[in-house]
Amino acid sequence: MRVDVVMPQMGESIAEGTITRWLKQRGERVERDEPIFEISTDKVDAEIPSPARGVLVEIRHGAGDTVQVNGIVAVIDTGDGAETRPDTAAPRAAREPAPAPPEGGAAARAAAAAPAGPAPARGRDGGAFVSPVVQRIAAEHGIDPQAVPGTGAGGRVTKKDILAWLEASGAPPAEAPARPAAGPAAAERAATPARGAVQPDAPAFEPGKPVARVPLTTMRRKIAEHMVESRRTSAHVHSVFEADVSRLVALRARHRQAYLERHGTKLTFMAFFIKAVCDGLRAWPILNSSLEGDEIVYKKDLNIGIAVALDWGLIVPVIHNADELSVAGLCKRVNDLAERARAKKLNLDEVQNGTFTITNPGAFGGLLGLPIINQPQVAILGVGGIQKRPVVIDDAIAIRSMVYLALSYDHRVVDGAVADQFLARLQQALERFDESLL
Amino acid sequence: MGTGGATGVGDGTGRLAGNRTRRALEVHWLGRVDYAAAMALQDDLVRRRRRGEAPDTLLLLEHPPVITLGRGGDARHVLAGRDELDRRGIELHETGRGGDVTYHGPGQLVGYPVLALPPGRRDAHRYLRDLEELLIRAVRGYGVHAGRVAGLTGVWVGRDKLAAIGVRLATGWITSHGFALNVTTDLAGFGAIVPCGISGRGVTSLARLLGRAPRLEQVAARVAAQAVAILGSAPAGRFERPEPREAIDGRPVAGA
Repeated sequence: MRVDVVMPQMGESIAEGTITRWLKQRGERVERDEPIFEISTDKVDAEIPSPARGVLVEIRHGAGDTVQVNGIVAVIDTGDGAETRPDTAAPRAAREPAPAPPEGGAAARAAAAAPAGPAPARGRDGGAFVSPVVQRIAAEHGIDPQAVPGTGAGGRVTKKDILAWLEASGAPPAEAPARPAAGPAAAERAATPARGAVQPDAPAFEPGKPVARVPLTTMRRKIAEHMVESRRTSAHVHSVFEADVSRLVALRARHRQAYLERHGTKLTFMAFFIKAVCDGLRAWPILNSSLEGDEIVYKKDLNIGIAVALDWGLIVPVIHNADELSVAGLCKRVNDLAERARAKKLNLDEVQNGTFTITNPGAFGGLLGLPIINQPQVAILGVGGIQKRPVVIDDAIAIRSMVYLALSYDHRVVDGAVADQFLARLQQALERFDESLL
Repeated sequence: MGTGGATGVGDGTGRLAGNRTRRALEVHWLGRVDYAAAMALQDDLVRRRRRGEAPDTLLLLEHPPVITLGRGGDARHVLAGRDELDRRGIELHETGRGGDVTYHGPGQLVGYPVLALPPGRRDAHRYLRDLEELLIRAVRGYGVHAGRVAGLTGVWVGRDKLAAIGVRLATGWITSHGFALNVTTDLAGFGAIVPCGISGRGVTSLARLLGRAPRLEQVAARVAAQAVAILGSAPAGRFERPEPREAIDGRPVAGA
């Protein structure tokens, strides 16, 4: 019987591990619980024991490789005959013997969702999990879902992947792919370079069962914990201003093409917002601080995090020393980080040490959003959707491109007067953006 | 000595135990020990801990000058060549702990907790945070406000590192290696390396921060007390009266 050796989860907030060395070679016999490889995560080097007794027949990742938790790193043949048993109705990681440091507590925290249903296919390299929806589509077209390249978490094959694959290979899809949420004037989105939201795979309900239980992924759990902890920690207050960004819209239209040609990057509204925020933070540095015990810790650097919506959650890559970048530099960084965030190719240091965060709740057509502070920061700016609205100027009505700026801030440290003056300054900076900066 | 509830270390014995659980943390002050000897001692202790023949143990000691490389270590972070290291009397060792390169020397309090992490504590990153916490609290007693830097494990004062951390987890979640706190360390030793592979930040010591030189044994006692509180499952409050015990090498634990 073949038993998978997987990357164990060394802690709740740890999503991957790097193999530092193999203690056993291919073909060697191993005993159950005997250390067979070592991994490192941060400042910890750990020995990982074998989940079973047998022969190490396959090593899929070598020293230096970083593998997702529960990703398959090797296979052991116990010599007991039977072929791989398909999992039925059980989360992948909970099968016997639990592949993790003894007691298998870590392995029980499955990183992949596994609703009960037709037997999900066993994962392949990197632990690609195939949901029942994808299974169904694959079965309808008589193809092997494992043959489809997956773009989901850990190489997971999503519904979009299989439909795209089918389309590319000429087969008509059995159903229309999920449409990204439509919004008015998409060109006016003040987006982190946006793609539309993707409908998550619908849960598969077993006949007769009113619920489908899906274990949290690591990322989802992290997000859940952070959000609740943030609300518990900070005294959240919200202030909303609106800014007339007609000028910015015009600037962007005017310079877009040149940016593409000269800098090889899309001119994004986010760059303008970051510039304005940096100016505001220099004027009101308390918004760039943290509260530690009974000390306010002012941060010297402006490390601006930009929230990026992912298919399966969200992540906040950070632009360190954002005030030192030009508009072109900011565009490049924003576009690069967002792309790599979606491809799960961010480095650890790119999501750390943020001092202030900007999020874009208007990306899918909403007016504004009231975000939760990204701890340990004391404020977060939610940029709404840029929309044309009738407004009053000099007692006349004009149609202008407007955007709501919603600042959530921690009232333990930031008072309303400060927050509002910061927002007023942002508003001014955006309304009078200096074209020569482009 | 006056470090609150944990008095075991101060009276020349080795054992501190919580009164609500059986998980004692035994602390031993070993004085100056060669790196290789300490590693052998540690490996032996890890084996015995796994077999249940030893309790959770914290070894506190100092090393003669030595540069060590962790599994994640980059030899390019050792800036001095072998000849120069020899000339300065600094040894070089590769180890099985995590982390990059670091320096140990006299005046630096080195701690090796050898613990079997129980099921509720089997979280590598949480363990690192616990080690940072016990050191942060220990130095707070001297009026030093040290803290963490997200993404850079260790204990920091401003941009300078006061204590380095590097851990090994052997099968069964048995910890070894641990931390190194600069008390009166000659910081010039760090000039031979890029500490933990992080350039652009410095190192500091308690002596440099306080303008005076605390006694290593006294710092050890405070660290021990915090270790019991944080790594042991001892709640705040009463501790069992420890029985007199010899330390691993036969020497009793030093008083403050």
